[in-house]
Amino acid sequence: MAVLTTSNLTLAYGKEPIIDELNLQIPKGKITVLIGSNGCGKSTLLRSMARLLTPKGGHVLLNGKDVAKRSTKQVAKELAILPQGPIAPEGLTVLQLVKQGRFPYQSWLQQWSQEDEQAVMNALRATNLIPYMETPVDSLSGGQRQRAWIAMTLAQGTETILLDEPTTYLDMTHQIEILDLLFELNESEKRTIVMVLHDLNLACRYAHHIVAIQDKTVYAEGAPEDIMNEQLVEDVFQMSSTVIPDPVFGTPMCIPYGKGRVVRHVNTPQYA
Amino acid sequence: MRKYWVLQRKSFSFLVDKKTTVSIFALILAAVVAMLISIGVGDMYIPPWDVFQALLGTGIDINQLIILEFRLPRVLVAFIAGASLALSGAILQGIIRNPLASPDMIGITGGAGFAAVAFLTMFSDDSNNLLLSINYLPLFAFGGATIVAFLIYVLAWKDGVTPIRLILIGIGLMALLQALTTLMMLIGPIYRASQATIWLTGTVYGTSWNEVKALLPWFIGMLPILVLLVRRLNVQGFGDDLTKGAGISVHRERFLLLMVCTALAGSAVAFAGAMGFVGLIGPHIARRISGSSFGGLLPASALIGGIMVVLADLAGRTLFSPLEVPAGVFTAAIGAPYFIYLLFKNQ
Repeated sequence: MAVLTTSNLTLAYGKEPIIDELNLQIPKGKITVLIGSNGCGKSTLLRSMARLLTPKGGHVLLNGKDVAKRSTKQVAKELAILPQGPIAPEGLTVLQLVKQGRFPYQSWLQQWSQEDEQAVMNALRATNLIPYMETPVDSLSGGQRQRAWIAMTLAQGTETILLDEPTTYLDMTHQIEILDLLFELNESEKRTIVMVLHDLNLACRYAHHIVAIQDKTVYAEGAPEDIMNEQLVEDVFQMSSTVIPDPVFGTPMCIPYGKGRVVRHVNTPQYA
Repeated sequence: MRKYWVLQRKSFSFLVDKKTTVSIFALILAAVVAMLISIGVGDMYIPPWDVFQALLGTGIDINQLIILEFRLPRVLVAFIAGASLALSGAILQGIIRNPLASPDMIGITGGAGFAAVAFLTMFSDDSNNLLLSINYLPLFAFGGATIVAFLIYVLAWKDGVTPIRLILIGIGLMALLQALTTLMMLIGPIYRASQATIWLTGTVYGTSWNEVKALLPWFIGMLPILVLLVRRLNVQGFGDDLTKGAGISVHRERFLLLMVCTALAGSAVAFAGAMGFVGLIGPHIARRISGSSFGGLLPASALIGGIMVVLADLAGRTLFSPLEVPAGVFTAAIGAPYFIYLLFKNQ
């Protein structure tokens, strides 16, 4: 079953289309990762699925209904988006930030209902931010800050969460921490997660479903172990590589070719 | 001790920050004290107790006259103008998401300034008489501010208005308006030029109840709109994508808020002149006291802005007495170094 569907979707910033007549279905309750080279339109696609970009043609359907035709506040109760590199106003505390996720449910007279309080506290708990509630967002570390933004999207209480490169600028530890958090959310609450990731190996490990974007449309989609291979990497990233199963997780692992030091041991496969 | 008061009933619910609430009340107190001092101090000193009596209408005649006819309206105009400018700056900094934004920065004040100077020079005859009553000057200034605000919006439009286009177009227009204002002053009569300079610096000299009556409705009228929009203003600070993601029509909201800024800054400048730096500095000082959430930031900015201009006017009236220095000199004298400090800190 698809939670998000695009039908003949055409996207463009200027005249030249970035995504052309795309038909795509995002499976419900799964983690979907969009991959593709820089500027291939994967972020643009993600933004249009969150109604942040008006299509030049075609439609985006959320749970079967056109997002462009629905009230934006109503959509906000079903779908949350975390854009790339968000910046919080100076001095804003974590609680003040996460609280804003409740906006679609609030009114002038209902600014802090029990449901709001519960959703915010749950989001803070899930992201381990309870001790930092009163800390200004701009004085958190990169990983904590990203968790605070994710907490805000969690507080929005939507079934579907879209994230644009949630691990950019984070070191390895914090990348894994963020991805583990999202994985757990999907496991325990069956939330649908759609994100753009640059690290192919992490994408293959965490995604149930991968969508590879190339030449304004979908090059391939499916389970990472079904679609990931040298040909895909070559065609999508113009990069020669070897794809082997990750020795620990068994998910596909891509080793890109290039220059660099080679230390030959018995098991080092030879290439080129 | 918990940091919040939580009010949760069936029909309403609020989360109120204790510290912010306390600081707002402290600022209200400070504003009242500043105004009382400013009313008491001047060419003729009136002790606080006599000020009270005069305000209650039971003072001696001379005090009643000085306070009710001269000092009170002047202090009120100073306070309202300062509060309006600082509010306008706080909102602009929110929608443009730039701590350096203010009505003087993006040309709203500049539009009022140009219109006022144009009025003074164009409607002046050879013998230095104004062809139109000076009472029309605020109307021109307000009109100038409004026209410039619309111009900024129209020129910045490109599938909606983004903050960066808004501020760049604003700065461009401001530079142009300043050049035109200077040109106007140079080609106009010399007597008008000095009058224009005082106006451009910002002064509440010679204000009466007429000014209070004209200014107050704008200020009071904008307050309910702000009370309604304050929640949305908080979300806007996160950027267009997140604002839209939270379910807000960004562009419609931004237009509305820009109009509120224009009405506040335009009316303030119309009656108190192009008082500099209040719109920039007021919100920054307020942010340190009340935090960044607009529920606390807006009232704190208004109070700080009001206090700033009241004190600047007090300094202008008394420090170099019998010479009157425009209040704007003092807001700029404090504001400019603070501005440099901000730039320095933001590097």
